[in-house]
Amino acid sequence: MKPIDDLDSLVGHARVLVCCGSGGVGKTTTGAALALEAARRGRRAVVVTIDPAKRLADTLGIGSLTNTPSRIAGEWPGELWALMLDTKSTFDDLVLAHAADDDQARRILGNRFYRNISGALSGTQEYMAGEKLYELHEGGDFDLVVVDTPPTRNALDFIGASRRLTNFLDHRLYRMLMSPTRAYLRAVNLAAQAFVRTVSKVVGGEVLDDALAFFRAFEGMEEGFRERAARVEALLADEGTAFILVAAPRVDAVSEASFFTTKLEESKISVAALIVNRMHPRLGTGRAEADRERAQRFAGTDLGSLYANLADLRTVADGEKAHLTELAANVAPAPVVRVPFLDHDVHDLDSLARISEHLFRS
Amino acid sequence: MDPGQFLRASRVIIVAGKGGVGKTTVAAALARMAAREGLSALLVQVEQASALAALFRRPQLSYVESTLAPAAGTEAEVRGRTITPDDALLEYLEDHGLRRISRRLVSTGAMDVVATAAPGIKDILILGKIKALERSSGADVVIVDAPAAGHAITFLLSVRGLLDAVRVGPINAQAREVLDMLSDPARCSVVLVTLPEETPVNELVETAFTLEDQVGVGLGPVVVNSVYPPLSGLDTPPETAAEAVGEVLTPAEVEALAGAARFRRRRQDLQRAQIARLAERLPLPQLHLPSVFAANLGPAEVDLLADTLRAEVTGLPDVVPSSPGPR
Repeated sequence: MKPIDDLDSLVGHARVLVCCGSGGVGKTTTGAALALEAARRGRRAVVVTIDPAKRLADTLGIGSLTNTPSRIAGEWPGELWALMLDTKSTFDDLVLAHAADDDQARRILGNRFYRNISGALSGTQEYMAGEKLYELHEGGDFDLVVVDTPPTRNALDFIGASRRLTNFLDHRLYRMLMSPTRAYLRAVNLAAQAFVRTVSKVVGGEVLDDALAFFRAFEGMEEGFRERAARVEALLADEGTAFILVAAPRVDAVSEASFFTTKLEESKISVAALIVNRMHPRLGTGRAEADRERAQRFAGTDLGSLYANLADLRTVADGEKAHLTELAANVAPAPVVRVPFLDHDVHDLDSLARISEHLFRS
Repeated sequence: MDPGQFLRASRVIIVAGKGGVGKTTVAAALARMAAREGLSALLVQVEQASALAALFRRPQLSYVESTLAPAAGTEAEVRGRTITPDDALLEYLEDHGLRRISRRLVSTGAMDVVATAAPGIKDILILGKIKALERSSGADVVIVDAPAAGHAITFLLSVRGLLDAVRVGPINAQAREVLDMLSDPARCSVVLVTLPEETPVNELVETAFTLEDQVGVGLGPVVVNSVYPPLSGLDTPPETAAEAVGEVLTPAEVEALAGAARFRRRRQDLQRAQIARLAERLPLPQLHLPSVFAANLGPAEVDLLADTLRAEVTGLPDVVPSSPGPR
């Protein structure tokens, strides 16, 4: 999707919106506000959160979410649905869908190595997020899928995550481990033997045996996984998919956002819009330095305090503006939407609607 | 509480909190506070990109220790280093007589396969290295700038997970030793950092109970960062304040001053409410650090925060409860 689109046309026409950015900048809330806006425009929207902190449920003012979409009731012409990604069940579903028979599925799901990678392996979460996105998009029940990425620096692993698993399957070591019996040890080269011995020594032979059993059980399913991974990747690169960068105006958050921009560029993806939350107000046109001088001149009086406070606030606001100038240039011509500091965190649909107001009507 | 006693309570202090709460700044301020008490500090950076070195106006840290702030007069030195899983694994393998294979293991990506086979292994290598530093480091205090976000919990919880996955061998032994360190308040404490805002407070409370229940770590006081310092006179209308000193303000100035005062009063009220809510939900002592209204933080701001931290610690009662108590 072309970056010149404004936020309005993004929620009106995009099929997939991916919100990325560092932790604590309001990705989840922003994603929910975008989905809500789409529903208000008559679209069937679903918002997916990867954050296990239940923040989306809090934002929507509901108790909990599961791995299947829940409908959020409200007065709008479209539909609003939400779900919280459960990495393990999504992976289980994928295994069930690709297994040749029940026996193969059972062997994989019961394997301890599989349970480790499906629940806890970093990267699996990103991979399953892509998978869920694809499933929701393909299912045909939704016009728009909004997803927020994990709050980590490697959130953009999301883009290459499915490819990484298939790379893993192509890995020399994997192919070696896939040899049908332990007799392979005699046939493979010395370096590989040394590797297997080392791994056994470090983590214990039990872990290695689990891994071998998993790879054997997995045999025959690689093709299906590989094909699926290619389709997820194609969807992320599709012109109906737009990446929205969410940031806070703090210096560290801005440098993180620049990092994300670079990472996206490496994947030939441009930022469709930049949303900056929690902007301090810039009061009047006076200079902070002049306020500071007056604060000193009237130090110890109420007027001195008032000027000291104004100087602080103007310093912060000017600093935010300066931090953002470079970032805005980096993402140009993508629009930059600024959302002010709000008095309360969002935890119901009314306050979420107020965020939408700031995003779309101010 | 005596600041020296506070800093000596455990050799290792892990500073944790979600992204954007100022965890790195707090770690740096703690290190400078120690240095000013005459205790040498080693700052450990676990994440690749961190503002830690920039706070001391020094080049990026590496796996080899370097000086962040030199000793001066009665002040001790602050040193810094990184611990990355790859480097920690190399060192681990070399220590276990597997030097020949170790480089290849990392360079071929085999490390990823090992990490896949036993999740948490990267974290355990980092924590294992921290445990080694607890013994071998020349520093009086080892301060760890823990990974951001939810990862701080996973990072500390990984030990338990790994004990289930890897039941024998050196990694299992390593995990046990790390757990011993984490759960011994005389050796290691965790300082959680938050902002006086709704979502960060909620997440901090959740993190505190999870760490206490599932890892059994000793929690130190909670640092509440970016608290507006008290400023009297903000309730006075600008015209009245000006009149009192014989000044006359333009309407634009009145509006800006009044708007700024209103903004700050509102934020202060919200902060107060969140601080009270935190106290109610988590019975751990709080240390408050002020908002710093500077475009970029540097050594001067870190020292200012170190001074505040010292004053706040001095104000604590002598006995710090080690448990957050019932929920």
